[in-house]
Amino acid sequence: MSEAHAPLVAALADDALIYAQRLGEWISRAPQIEEDMALGNIGLDLLGRARSLYGLLGSLDGTGRGEDDYAYWRDEREFRHVHLVEQPRHDFGLEIVRLLLVASLDVERYAALASSADVELAGVASKAVTESRYHRDHARLWTLRLGDGTSESHDRMVSALERVAPYVDELFEDTAVEVAAADAGVGVLPSTLKSAVMRFVEDVLAEATLDGVPSSRWRSRGGREGLHSEACGYLLAEMQHLARSHPGATW
Amino acid sequence: MLDPMYGNDYGPTDVAAPESHKDRLPRRDEPLNAADAAALDGYFDELIDADQRIEPRDAMPEAYRQTLIRMMAQHAHSEIIGMQPEGNWISRAPSLRRKAILMAKVQDEAGHGLYLYSAAETLGVSRDELLDRLHTGRQKYSSIFNYPTLTWADVGAIGWLVDGAAIMNQVPLCRCSYGPYARAMIRVCKEESFHQRQGFEILWTLARGTDAQKEMAQDAANRWWWPALMMFGPPDSGELAQQGHTAQSMAWGIKRFSNDELRQKFVDMTVPQAERIGLTLPDPDLRWNDERGHYDFGAIDWDEFWRVLKGDGPCNAQRLEHRVSAHEEGAWVREAATAYARKQAERTRAGAA
Amino acid sequence: MSASAPESDAWPLWEVFVRAKRGLSHTHVGSLHAPDAALALHNARDLYTRRQEGVSIWVVPASAITASSPEERDAFFDPAADKVYRHPTFYEVPEDVEYL
Repeated sequence: MSEAHAPLVAALADDALIYAQRLGEWISRAPQIEEDMALGNIGLDLLGRARSLYGLLGSLDGTGRGEDDYAYWRDEREFRHVHLVEQPRHDFGLEIVRLLLVASLDVERYAALASSADVELAGVASKAVTESRYHRDHARLWTLRLGDGTSESHDRMVSALERVAPYVDELFEDTAVEVAAADAGVGVLPSTLKSAVMRFVEDVLAEATLDGVPSSRWRSRGGREGLHSEACGYLLAEMQHLARSHPGATW
Repeated sequence: MLDPMYGNDYGPTDVAAPESHKDRLPRRDEPLNAADAAALDGYFDELIDADQRIEPRDAMPEAYRQTLIRMMAQHAHSEIIGMQPEGNWISRAPSLRRKAILMAKVQDEAGHGLYLYSAAETLGVSRDELLDRLHTGRQKYSSIFNYPTLTWADVGAIGWLVDGAAIMNQVPLCRCSYGPYARAMIRVCKEESFHQRQGFEILWTLARGTDAQKEMAQDAANRWWWPALMMFGPPDSGELAQQGHTAQSMAWGIKRFSNDELRQKFVDMTVPQAERIGLTLPDPDLRWNDERGHYDFGAIDWDEFWRVLKGDGPCNAQRLEHRVSAHEEGAWVREAATAYARKQAERTRAGAA
Repeated sequence: MSASAPESDAWPLWEVFVRAKRGLSHTHVGSLHAPDAALALHNARDLYTRRQEGVSIWVVPASAITASSPEERDAFFDPAADKVYRHPTFYEVPEDVEYL
């Protein structure tokens, strides 16, 4: 018997896992060794969050699966994350803009979920809010420094904003996943978070002497239904290949 | 120049005389550092004789200072380069638990590198200068990291054998005569103990797994055993001893055991662990010697050691290139942050005026 | 503000002090590099408190610290050596007097 908000929990878990996977790629590649530590810490927070959520999911969706079943043994179409988090690692500017968006969204949506009717989900959410506030602050500090740093860093931030622009609307789309959870009283509609999230983001961008997120003719959609971009297949292939090469093995 | 560090597998490196004056350039932000060139008044020797710690601003022999800068820098470089072979498996770790452990471990290595750069900077050399020496090949890192991590079991072997050997080298450094180095090492050793245990656990689990997993574990042990023994550096005692700094380093309280003593301790510790895991070690001459109370082991291929050290290892170029490109690609970020700090300071001044 | 206004492109050095738990004073734990105070605090948090080592952090520009000089150690610290009357053990009191 699957609960109505199981797909929402899967979506939250997948957002966290896939972004942790991308952040993990920065370790040994950051602009300063101190930043290897910082991005590693944020990745570890998200990975821990994903594991907690997969832990809940096994009973919510009635399958009794464990965290690794979800991470390693689902195919691309079964992953529910948004396109933004699966996009390939680019430069540090893009990563900071992406982190600013994701962390700002996480602060708002987990704050709402902290009062969810599902008390276990609410528990994970309260911890997530604290973590994401720090992530958001880290992204804010860097956005200011890169936006208002040198002309090169400013230009790179402008181009980073252009790159992420197509992926922003999807963050606030009320898909069947969120609607079902909200109807059941355990979730929150992303559309209701948009103004708070974007106000924070736009304020930071303005302080960083950057214009807001530009509009985009094309925009991503479909992540919550399992329709991803080409980058997702490669990410999963890399993440899953070892586990899948040894069915039934323990690690 | 076979000093005790991450391992002792560095070989002759660093900096001829023209370099050393660079260390002495005064830096704007080093009031705690700056070893004074004041004449030594015997106080240094008194402290060493009394097994007391030398602290950053104490007068000290220039050779002591240079030896420590080289040791701490190369130790730090090893931690930073050492992030790569294991980082290579973060994206592919076979379970989420292993992924979290590995991320935390590689992140710890970055932290250890930073503790050590921080300790080195107390002697008045900047991290930028040390990184530049790494990036231009003037300072080396532990040669063990010039070997590739080809399978998941290699992550286990690095934790168990490489970190095990490193800890063997590092525990005595917690009593090193130079205070900041000793304090950094206490921190590092506390954190390292989880590294070795997680490596052991990986191999232990593989050895109890499928045939393919067992084979993977054995293959990793076969490839990492000899390089791990080489980490202690060439013989520095007995008839095979090479010219090195061991005697001087011991007199200064920097080094507490010879390379060979540490290697023997490592073998004695590790062989029973291998037996418990159920792995064989690739040395037909490896056997317990009742008379000596130690394990005998076969001859180490020092030709391979020197070959890899001098650049002919599978990953030398790759590791350095990875490091240099991370640094170069980050230049615009570091410059931006500096520019922003300058602007902010100007705004503060303007606001105050 | 000198540490916040670097003249070179190298990030300045910051000394880090951590309060391990309530009731203890901040203790020097090491240093790090950061372009400014805010990032220095973030870096210190990630570098020196990964294992719950602290409840509060100070970062201080290394250039703002004035230290006593090793050359003056005799002048600074030897005069305290003969002032034994500053220590409670200097005084003889009858054994059966309590709370003293």
